[in-house]
Amino acid sequence: MRLLGKLSWEAIPFDQPIPMIASGAVLVLVAGVLVYVTVKGWWPYLWNEWITSVDHKRIGVMYIMLGGLMLIRGFADAVMMRTQQAMAVGHAAGYLEPEHYNQIFSAHGTIMIFFGAMPLVIGLMNFVMPLQLGIRDVAFPTWNSVSFWLTATGALLTNVSLFIGEFSRAGWLPYPPLSEATYTPGVGVDYYLWAVQISGVGTLISGVNLTTTILKMRAPGMSYLRMPIFVWTTLASNLLIIAAFPVLTATLAMLTLDRYLGFHFFTNEAGGNMAMFVNLIWAWGHPEVYILALPAFGIFSEIFSTFSGKPLFGYRSMVGATLFICVVSYMVWLHHFFTMGPGGDVNAFFGISSSIIAVGTGVKVYNWIFTMYGGRVRFSVPMLWSLGFIFTFVIGGMTGVLLAVPPADFVLHNSMFLVAHFHNVIIGAVIFGVFAGIEYWFPKAFGFRLDERWGTAGFWFAFLGFWVTFMPLYVLGLQGMTRRLQHVDISEWGPWLYVSVVGIALLMVGAACQVTQLVVSIVHREELRDLTGDPWDGRSLEWATPSPPPSFNFAIMPNVEGEEAYWFIKQRAILQQALAPEPKYRPIHMPRNSPTGFVTAFFASLAGFALIWHIWWLLALALVGAYGVFVVFAWRDIHEYEIPAEEVARVDRERRDARVAWLQAHGAFG
Amino acid sequence: MQRALESFGRPRSHRGLAAALLAPLLLAGCAGGVLDPKGPVGADEKTILINSTAIMLAIVIPTLVAAFAFAWWYRASNTRATYHPDWAYSGRIELLVWSIPILTILFLGGVIWVGSHKLDPAAALPSKAPPLEVQVVSLDWKWLFIYPGQGIATVNELVIPAGRPVHFRLTSASVMNTFFVPQLGSMIYTMNAMVTELHLQADHPGRYYGRSAQFSGDGFPDMHFWVRSVSPAEFAAWSAQTHAAGPVLDMPAYAALTRQSQNVKPFTFRAVDPGLFQAIAMQKAPLGPGPTTGRGGPEVSPRPAG
Repeated sequence: MRLLGKLSWEAIPFDQPIPMIASGAVLVLVAGVLVYVTVKGWWPYLWNEWITSVDHKRIGVMYIMLGGLMLIRGFADAVMMRTQQAMAVGHAAGYLEPEHYNQIFSAHGTIMIFFGAMPLVIGLMNFVMPLQLGIRDVAFPTWNSVSFWLTATGALLTNVSLFIGEFSRAGWLPYPPLSEATYTPGVGVDYYLWAVQISGVGTLISGVNLTTTILKMRAPGMSYLRMPIFVWTTLASNLLIIAAFPVLTATLAMLTLDRYLGFHFFTNEAGGNMAMFVNLIWAWGHPEVYILALPAFGIFSEIFSTFSGKPLFGYRSMVGATLFICVVSYMVWLHHFFTMGPGGDVNAFFGISSSIIAVGTGVKVYNWIFTMYGGRVRFSVPMLWSLGFIFTFVIGGMTGVLLAVPPADFVLHNSMFLVAHFHNVIIGAVIFGVFAGIEYWFPKAFGFRLDERWGTAGFWFAFLGFWVTFMPLYVLGLQGMTRRLQHVDISEWGPWLYVSVVGIALLMVGAACQVTQLVVSIVHREELRDLTGDPWDGRSLEWATPSPPPSFNFAIMPNVEGEEAYWFIKQRAILQQALAPEPKYRPIHMPRNSPTGFVTAFFASLAGFALIWHIWWLLALALVGAYGVFVVFAWRDIHEYEIPAEEVARVDRERRDARVAWLQAHGAFG
Repeated sequence: MQRALESFGRPRSHRGLAAALLAPLLLAGCAGGVLDPKGPVGADEKTILINSTAIMLAIVIPTLVAAFAFAWWYRASNTRATYHPDWAYSGRIELLVWSIPILTILFLGGVIWVGSHKLDPAAALPSKAPPLEVQVVSLDWKWLFIYPGQGIATVNELVIPAGRPVHFRLTSASVMNTFFVPQLGSMIYTMNAMVTELHLQADHPGRYYGRSAQFSGDGFPDMHFWVRSVSPAEFAAWSAQTHAAGPVLDMPAYAALTRQSQNVKPFTFRAVDPGLFQAIAMQKAPLGPGPTTGRGGPEVSPRPAG
């Protein structure tokens, strides 16, 4: 047995310039950051305040930072795919070999869904939901940290594959038998499997955590039908996570057994059944779409209401539509393979159940529109994203229903039309929603707003870039072009592919605007400072806290008396010409920071790497280490610390003073 | 190939309200593809595609107009718009917003139910002529077409008689693929140890682009073929001519064919083992062996023994 398993110098792609340059640049960048942090002496701060933090707000921010980074990585893959196809029309070969191109599209999908969209959405849920519920933390704060760091492990392993070995070449969902060892030897699929499995554990824990929080930890008076709609969508999304992610884990575990131990779940031989994999993976995969989309719908609901200066229209209807989508999303998975020949009855059933989802989303769209009716609509950046979403998502939903019509799917399945459709909904709903949410809640997290001008520019470039990139793909799909082509031999497809490259260039400008927006806002943070904690005239409880909120969120647990808790408090203050009387402050107990998450993830990374490369001694070491972390954590004696009543009082009085000053300055107090 | 590409470029005219609504998409139809069908299956699917789009556009367009009209009229700077800060519920509107999507989906559900049965790939096409039997095997990375009635086989070229239905029975020798001829209609998966069925027909002589629509590995982009639709007389002549010369597709020849190869030029077999397709589907014939190398050499492959 070799000491390093299958690992050898051959694993480093010295002969391939693109991964070498890319990974070289990343290594230099990471080394630069590490050196800078060391020189500045920031390690104690980072370790104490962020890496070991169990504060849901800090963890939420870290999730979003991870998701943002991975979004850029996945976008780089997208740029390569669009340019490769445009450069490989007719007899041209482009600049990416199939071996490399196939890794890129597999990595693009994997990274965008698991390490881009998921962390962004989970990050926002983590940050916002406890604040909206009027509580101090999630149900299991240390678990929350474990969830985040396990997700980071998955992202790390995926990116390590760029430099050591290779990534999967079998697509973002590794359909067997192509993903079996016979047809895709090498470590690529193993990287995929362990990265997704480890981060999947994190996601599942997070789902249990956030669901428990919503079910068990609401502020006094916060009955279910008083919860903000974002909390409702978070609940629906996390219920879907709890029910769907075990299916993913089990399915990938079966594929892992096939690859590692010669099992025959999905192989050609010995009675393996690849169609079963396709069924199982979509039993997770379709709910996954709504795991991402439902929280985005919640974000838009909050924004339409706040920026129209009105309560959400048809709140109960929205709750109903959310739960309707949550349940029906389990009954539609077969529409991903109408073309496997299941027969007329089965196809018709799943076609109709798939299009029924559009009833739920349709109701939501109408309710957003009627939320604006009779309002005072402010076109701030979050609202621009929301209006851009309505347009994009309604069209994307329409092409989705078209694909749910089996006879139409028979000619559009696996085509560029399909690619255009799912980007239409994932970008249009999830990514626009996350960007809207970040613009909306950024002042809450950091105490200053984001620059409006760069934000507006970022929106318009992204919106136009999206349509210019994907409209041609719809056309190409109708012309019969299928997805995942490393080169295309029909020269008539060329012009549309060139247009698509123009679109992705616009998207690049949009991404640059958003990065600039962040930098400009940090530089000008004093001018953009928000002292009130309520920069948008919000309606739910997160705006009742100072920005950034103290670790304990609320000095006194708020008493919720209606659907829009903070709006009610504000209106009463104006009516009574005074804030509510100062409460009696008490000391607050908060969970202590813990390195458990980070250290667990460190050992999980080693274990994943060891499994990928068959380094069994390292695996044993990592598992013992991880178990040790568990034992140490379980035996800790002190798990809370006390914040004295004086400190609580100081923070809350500051907030009250700022609030009174704002109300006086705006003439609400006489 | 050049001639076929030109056929994609033939302009076509479209009429009707749905067509007007779909104008931007239909312009795309000029280049062939699924909006320029050449057989009954594709034509029906195009009709369903356009009808479904029209049904949805009938509500999508007013919805979008309302969204932007409301947003614009109720802009904060518009002093003429009335502000209803507490208006958040209306039973009538609730009824309306649930009814519109439900009624639309009810209508579309009918289209789905009827269409799914009528266009089920396994359902035979109405025709006086008996269908031509073709057995399709997807290999790494080429297509094998076996004509059991004629006792011949082709690789990467499918010749069919115009105006007569073709009954395909499909399987795979290695990984999953999807058999797809955009201008003829429905695609269908090919899977090892399973046989799927598909009925298609080309109405007129012509050459149509076909390819795999399911990613199947490095050679996937070149896994395409041309469908040559010819008159029945020409088809008879072609099959007689094919029968006259060329190699024989027996087990050893088939085993050689299963090895991975890319961008294979079309060729024919003058005779074929009559039990071959069944043997492949029942795994009595050798499976596609897959690649012989991976990064770091074959020893990096965790391939199980045997």
